[in-house]
Amino acid sequence: MDANETKLTSILTAHVGQTGGLITGLRAAQEAIGYLPSETDAIAAEAFNLTRAEVKGVISFYEDFHREPKGKTVVRLCAAEACQAVGSRTLQRDVEKHFAVKSGETNASKDLTVEPVYCLGLCSCAPAALVGDRLVGRADVESIARAIENRRKAGA
Amino acid sequence: MTGAAIKLFLPLDSVAVSLGADELADALQSAAEQKNFAVEIIRTGSRGMHWLEPLLEVEHEGVRHGYGPVSPGDTEDILEAIAAKTKHSKSLGPVEEIAYFKSQTRLIFARCGITDPTSVEDYTDHGGCAGLDKAIAISGDQLCETVLQSGLRGRGGAGFPAGIKWKTVAGAPADQKYIVCNADEGDSGTFADRMIMEGDPFLLIEGMAIAGLAVGATKGYIYLRSEYPIAAKILKTAIARAEAANILGENVRGSGKAFHLDVFIGAGAYICGEETSLLESLEGKRGEVRAKPPLPALEGLFGKPTLVHNVITLCSVPAIIAKGAEAYRDFGMGKSTGTMPFQIAGNVKYGGLYETAFGVTLKDLIEKIGGGTRSGKAVRTVQIGGPLGAYLPPTLFDLPMDYETMLANGAGVGHGGIVIFDESVNLLEQARYAFEFCVEESCGKCTPCRVGSVRGVEVIDRIRDDVEREKNFIVLEDLCDLMVDGSLCAMGGMTPIPVQSAVQHFPEDFGMMPAKRAAE
Ligand SMILES: Cc1cc2nc3c(=O)[nH]c(=O)nc-3n(C[C@H](O)[C@H](O)[C@H](O)COP(=O)(O)O)c2cc1C
Ligand code: SF4
Ligand code: FES
Repeated sequence: MDANETKLTSILTAHVGQTGGLITGLRAAQEAIGYLPSETDAIAAEAFNLTRAEVKGVISFYEDFHREPKGKTVVRLCAAEACQAVGSRTLQRDVEKHFAVKSGETNASKDLTVEPVYCLGLCSCAPAALVGDRLVGRADVESIARAIENRRKAGA
Repeated sequence: MTGAAIKLFLPLDSVAVSLGADELADALQSAAEQKNFAVEIIRTGSRGMHWLEPLLEVEHEGVRHGYGPVSPGDTEDILEAIAAKTKHSKSLGPVEEIAYFKSQTRLIFARCGITDPTSVEDYTDHGGCAGLDKAIAISGDQLCETVLQSGLRGRGGAGFPAGIKWKTVAGAPADQKYIVCNADEGDSGTFADRMIMEGDPFLLIEGMAIAGLAVGATKGYIYLRSEYPIAAKILKTAIARAEAANILGENVRGSGKAFHLDVFIGAGAYICGEETSLLESLEGKRGEVRAKPPLPALEGLFGKPTLVHNVITLCSVPAIIAKGAEAYRDFGMGKSTGTMPFQIAGNVKYGGLYETAFGVTLKDLIEKIGGGTRSGKAVRTVQIGGPLGAYLPPTLFDLPMDYETMLANGAGVGHGGIVIFDESVNLLEQARYAFEFCVEESCGKCTPCRVGSVRGVEVIDRIRDDVEREKNFIVLEDLCDLMVDGSLCAMGGMTPIPVQSAVQHFPEDFGMMPAKRAAE
């Protein structure tokens, strides 16, 4: 077994028997590895007594799960209505231009992913963004750039 | 300085944190050390006046005085002012005298912003557990009857009478029943669930424990969306402490009855807010909507009778039990009883949470309370009740917010979110987005929703580009009818609401003359 397989096996089996354990287990696995590699399907299927197709179906259903590594920092820009009302569409274009990466994509140096999110619950101080695990209210390009910089400084 | 440490209160709420509250806490700590001031920083929930965040409070002769919005650069000056008892430019005076706060009726958010959210002692010192203690002294039937008599309706969107659901679950014989809290709060413009979970999690725990006693359920789950990590952390801490204090566990408040509670984190799917999709997801599966019947109240989680309620519905319960159904029914209007935490969001000057009895007008919420737009431009429309809610024009702002009035006007209270747009909004763009959102979030089970939404985007684009506009309006209407009639759940069934309200009230944005539509 390679390193990923060992990790997947131990993390996923630890969640067997829990309510909704497959989803919680996949989340834990993704947190440990950074994404859900193709080996996940067979290992999860075995652990949870499901077919591989069932596991694949669960992974593909949920936005949070992804099968490729993302950039070192993920910037999630809220694209929902309250943020639209204060210029999130323009903000998205500005962010794409400033960081030279399209929404939904990772830049060439693999250090930044930009993607949409539908509401962060900060609708009263919109537009909202999540930079790594850092919430940014009344976001603009500068505050997002600052949050990215702070993460880099903190060694994340 | 000598004597007791100065108590400072600073929110840990996501809004405050997103505006720099954590950095402010650090700055306060180091400024205090430098000045040799003894301070104790207590992190609380938010008062809901979000334009003032981060809002720092200090207790002075039993009254909390506010400063806000505070930035790290203000800390030294503010500490000096506090110590010397002098005014500061960020001084707001007594927080509870601020009109926005003072004019509210806070039944649910009574403690939010005041107490330490993870302190059981703080909770019980401020009236917490009064409902639960009363609940263990009476029968489950009496509890269900009280909730029915209170007139409480579900705050998750549909407004179904809670008491009827309680009685259904209570009457269903089973070896295991469940209480499931719907904390998926996916609607744009809503954050009341998040705020109460971050600011007063024991209230939700108490409400769920009462529900468990009432219907005979010994196990509960909070299905929390993954976009709320701060709420997750606080809930988990609060649950552990509630267990240690016998608010949860094998022997709830010494009643000899058990109630256990867990948090389950979702994985980023709006449709999982729909209760049957949520139950599928909680079982670890794809969140595909189930056909009803069977009702979840009879066959819910793992096929067992399950009471599914929104966070705010469950948080309304302790006050109803503690103070009685009648006292609760005195608030509100008609069949909309009690209070609702309205959430004022989008392009708004004084955005935040405003809890008040049903019957307040939209106009008051938008203008008097919200202060109009942040941009200073005129309000052109508001969308109420989330992404499946109607876009209303200013001519309808005199309407009172209650379930029946909203319904009669083609709208819905939903979860109480009000998103304000100024005149720069383009309603065609908003209608297009409603379809796009449905494309993105459809669970895929039924064709009218899955395919209809894709078609919807195309039709709107043709209308925008003036390609056979008249013909495409007819196609749009047919498509909306089909989605309403042929969708299994409200995702497909209500997506036409934002679309058609936009066309009806703002035909000019779709290249139609207002007069022409009116003459139809
Ligand atoms: C597409 C869709 C999304 C929903 N999202 C939520 C949600 O995020 N939170 C919620 O409490 N109810 C949501 N609901 C309503 C639930 O299906 C259900 O009615 C509610 O959880 C019942 O609780 P209540 O009686 O307390 O309102 C949604 C419904 C639909 C159709
Ligand atoms: S209406 Fe849409 S979301 Fe609802 S069950 Fe059908 S496909 Fe799924
Ligand atoms: S709509 Fe953007 S944070 Fe809620």
